[in-house]
Amino acid sequence: MSVDLAAVRRIAHLARIGVSEAEIPHLQHEINAILAFVEALGEVDVEGVEPMTSVTPMRLPMRDDVVTDGEIAAKVLANAPLTEDGFFLVPKVIE
Amino acid sequence: MTDLTSLTLAEARDRLASRAISSRDLTAAHLAAIDRAKGLNAFVAVTAEKALAMADASDARLARGEGGPLEGLPIGVKDLYATEGVHTQACSHILDGFKPAYESTVTANLWRDGAVMLGKLNMDEFAMGSSNETSYYGPVASPWLPPNFSPTQARAALADKGKRGLMAPGGSSGGSSSAVAAHLCLAATASDTGGSIRQPAALTGIVGIKPTYGRCSRWGMVAFASSLDQAGPLARTVRDAAIMLRSMAGPDPKDSTCSPSPVPDYEASVGRSVKGLTIGVPKEYRLEGMNPEIEALWAKGAEWLRAAGATIVDVSLPNTRHALPAYYIVAPAEASSNLARYDGVRYGLREPASEIVDLYQKTRASGFGPEVRRRLMIGTYVLSAGYYDAYYLRAQKIRTLIKRDFEIAFGNGVDAILTPATPSPAFAIGAMASADPVEMYLNDVFTVTVNMAGLPGLVTPAGLSADGLPLGLQLIGRPFDEETLFALGEAIEQAAGRFSPPEAWWA
Repeated sequence: MSVDLAAVRRIAHLARIGVSEAEIPHLQHEINAILAFVEALGEVDVEGVEPMTSVTPMRLPMRDDVVTDGEIAAKVLANAPLTEDGFFLVPKVIE
Repeated sequence: MTDLTSLTLAEARDRLASRAISSRDLTAAHLAAIDRAKGLNAFVAVTAEKALAMADASDARLARGEGGPLEGLPIGVKDLYATEGVHTQACSHILDGFKPAYESTVTANLWRDGAVMLGKLNMDEFAMGSSNETSYYGPVASPWLPPNFSPTQARAALADKGKRGLMAPGGSSGGSSSAVAAHLCLAATASDTGGSIRQPAALTGIVGIKPTYGRCSRWGMVAFASSLDQAGPLARTVRDAAIMLRSMAGPDPKDSTCSPSPVPDYEASVGRSVKGLTIGVPKEYRLEGMNPEIEALWAKGAEWLRAAGATIVDVSLPNTRHALPAYYIVAPAEASSNLARYDGVRYGLREPASEIVDLYQKTRASGFGPEVRRRLMIGTYVLSAGYYDAYYLRAQKIRTLIKRDFEIAFGNGVDAILTPATPSPAFAIGAMASADPVEMYLNDVFTVTVNMAGLPGLVTPAGLSADGLPLGLQLIGRPFDEETLFALGEAIEQAAGRFSPPEAWWA
């Protein structure tokens, strides 16, 4: 499989990475090189093989459903580029 | 007086315990070495004041006879571990200025045991790379001299930010490998998603172990591919790596994939006899057009283990060739999900925009470097509607096949598997610049199977190339049997000796 220029634009948008028109042919070439590299996997017989979900056989641990953390708003916001009154600040989302 | 930076971690530990040296002197010696080695660009942040304060506290504890297993030993930390109040950016522009309000479990374990933090080490951006060239903080030079370079030529190349022509220290843990090989720290933390501990160890002539998936907590490690990422140490001897891993590993309720089983005393297995062990040599690792030096080293490694009393048998791991392509689906897919969190809102870089999607796109375009952008786009593609089954699901099935190969080999009585660590010795910085991304990916051809199967893998130096550059061998073990790897690694170290770069030409 390979991707065309429109697909590259779509992938970039899905990944929320801004790309200029000038970069797209180069990205297309690189993505197609990687897709060509993984192409051989299509020939592997995976009939009846379970996909791996956990590399080590272990049961997920359970804990009591109680609050163990919190009341640290200042710490949560400490690295934010823009805040106001204890909130993250972003451009207006809803008109 | 011996230079304090020439000690191994175990030697320094013993001298601190007997009060022959102080942690303050030991730490100050390493800080001075770091200062002289700025040109290598191994450290991205040096925490000198904190280091000396930790050293003084260690000296006080040692005086009271209360020292922990790593008391007073100065180490470096890969920039991927969250360290409270200290530079933690996974060497990405998008995490500009990030100082976590919490400490990773692995580093907290090290400080609990008395280790001293010298600073944060350079790495490939988000651990995506095999040469440390994708770091936002620039490439790291290896302390190994390029063939036919005089120290004077090398010093001139070091002054240049691009470091072109000098040897790459491998990646992604290139700051860690360079710093340990150059004696800037006694040992360092590293991390391994496809080979990022073991390939840099091989290329700089040091020891590295990626333990079994789940042996170390991933809590507080900047995530790349969560089902593959594992923490581990880089050190100059097998014993030192064993001492480090014992402190780093252990149960952690904050990581649900972290094993609850207790951590053995790995150092006790260093020097244990390997007599009677069965070592598998997988024929599928003998690649067409293989570097003859690597092939000869591999045969020599098998010979050393046979001489130490082990039995060498041929094994077959038929799905080996599928591991690297499957990895380049699974790892980017998980990365595209993990790195969705970098949005310019909660931490790090933010590019101004008047609209929210624009803010995400601009921030992520300028915050991620080209290799990270490429992998995020591949990952987004293979997870997108209509392609998930053909790529991601198929790759996860192939992963089951890869793991099954190892289970069959171990089920047939093999205790560990011996392979080369890398397809070649170190290459020069800039040498791969015009290559296809896939060529760089081939560096991980011998290491990536181990991540896909969640197994432990240890790399130990085993010889030098004709050009005088280090070469390593890899030992792959059963799940949670790191002890056998340390015993076998020590047998190789005893036979091969240790390898040091030329004296400090960079200082």
